[in-house]
Amino acid sequence: MTKLLYVKKREEKSETFSKGGSVPAKKAVAWGKKDLLGLEYLTKEEIGLILESAKSFKEVLARPLRKVPALRAKTVVNLFYEPSTRTRTSFELAAKRLSADVINIAKESSSIQKGETLIDTGRNLEALKIDIIVVRHNASGAAMMLARAVDISVINAGDGWHEHPTQALLDIFTLKEKLGKINGLNVSIIGDIAHSRVARSNIWGLTKLGANVTVCAPRKLIPAGIEKMGVRVTSKLDEALKDADAINVLRMQFERDKKGNFPSRIEYFKTFGITEERLKKAGKNIVVMHPGPINRGVEMSAEVADGANSVILEQVTNGIAVRMAILYLVAHWKRVDAEGK
Amino acid sequence: MTFKEKAKIMDADAIQRALIRISHEILEKDKNTGNLAIIGIRYRGEFLARRIVENIKKISKKSVPLGILDITLYRDDLTEIAEQPILKETIIDFDITGKKVVLADDVLFTGRTIRCAMDQLIDFGRPSVIQLAVLIDRGHRELPIRADYVGKNVPTSLNEIVEVKLREADKIDEVVICEKTGRKK
Repeated sequence: MTKLLYVKKREEKSETFSKGGSVPAKKAVAWGKKDLLGLEYLTKEEIGLILESAKSFKEVLARPLRKVPALRAKTVVNLFYEPSTRTRTSFELAAKRLSADVINIAKESSSIQKGETLIDTGRNLEALKIDIIVVRHNASGAAMMLARAVDISVINAGDGWHEHPTQALLDIFTLKEKLGKINGLNVSIIGDIAHSRVARSNIWGLTKLGANVTVCAPRKLIPAGIEKMGVRVTSKLDEALKDADAINVLRMQFERDKKGNFPSRIEYFKTFGITEERLKKAGKNIVVMHPGPINRGVEMSAEVADGANSVILEQVTNGIAVRMAILYLVAHWKRVDAEGK
Repeated sequence: MTFKEKAKIMDADAIQRALIRISHEILEKDKNTGNLAIIGIRYRGEFLARRIVENIKKISKKSVPLGILDITLYRDDLTEIAEQPILKETIIDFDITGKKVVLADDVLFTGRTIRCAMDQLIDFGRPSVIQLAVLIDRGHRELPIRADYVGKNVPTSLNEIVEVKLREADKIDEVVICEKTGRKK
């Protein structure tokens, strides 16, 4: 059966664009998804395909001419209901490096202010013949709701407290680049786990790829039932640093604290802030990541943020390559039916 | 659709001899400019390029820079093909501007792969010359493209497939022609 399919694919290929019928060496893992909504919904192989493709796009970014025609004549809309510099700029650059046209829509300057719903906005963008919507929204599940309402591709750039898949993918890409593998690594996610979509996406992705994940936060910022995601939970920073190969330090999202669950900045830094001293005490050469923006002197000291272990700015650079990979895969997705045809 | 192997048109010796001849021809035309570079087109062109570079080293004692090109992102049929190709890195770690670049690939057919490769090369710099070396030229061009160095010209019909197997990828060196033998569900 497999063999038959293989031959069939080869034949189709040869009819449209043959190099004379030479067979590719490795059978391709096909990307069969219209959207990228979260790492919860991806297989290990699909995550692997994104990471592998991102490696090639990182090479594109190192070329003298940092642009390829792969998404020529496609249009990408950045639909942002929440403020963002890094993610929006990164997506815009990624799309432009692929030769796509990009339109940015921010909540403040659009019909969203006049009461248009997310689905109506999405359908209008579809009617405007847009190919891909990159959406950030303050409500968890917004990206999925939009994806179900339209036939064009939707990429989740962060939905409420739910997922931020491209951030987690670039974190994982950076880790893999630094440490050579993900399987068997000890990774600790430190900070405001309760409000963090970055934490959730990282946990899904890292555990699928075989890493041992620890989450560390003040008790009130650890969501109930998080251990069901297959992570170790601790409220002691030293425990989270011990044996860690890498740490992902999250921003304290003070703006989300409505109930007074957050400690004060000084209090937090004293108990959970990453300092050179604490890293040294942990012994190992721990890779330090942060999704940004950093509150220096709250989650980590300035010395750590700028220190030798920090890969924070590399994460930003890798983010473009990872988003190029995602845009490329989603733009050329093929419907795969049950038989894999 | 299934395929039946119809004829073996080259064996390991024939492939080796063809590549040695092509290497000599490249050197002959180059006239010691010292500007030569060989760039293989993924997937099998890479291995042919490597062999040509080795041959040239043996013949002239000169090392020629080697590059590897992945043309996927430049294809004109990305939206039509049945299966997304796996993307690989392009590796050209020298400046191609002013270089005499010989592209190497296994089979020359429609010419579209070569069109992609040239578009991509030109984004990397301005070579003084681009030439083309292929192991098999099977005809049926859809673009005004020809090869400068050909291992073997093989007239084919459109329902045939030329399969180049190289030991680096397929554990064996041979070229076979296969024929479509009918439709299977």
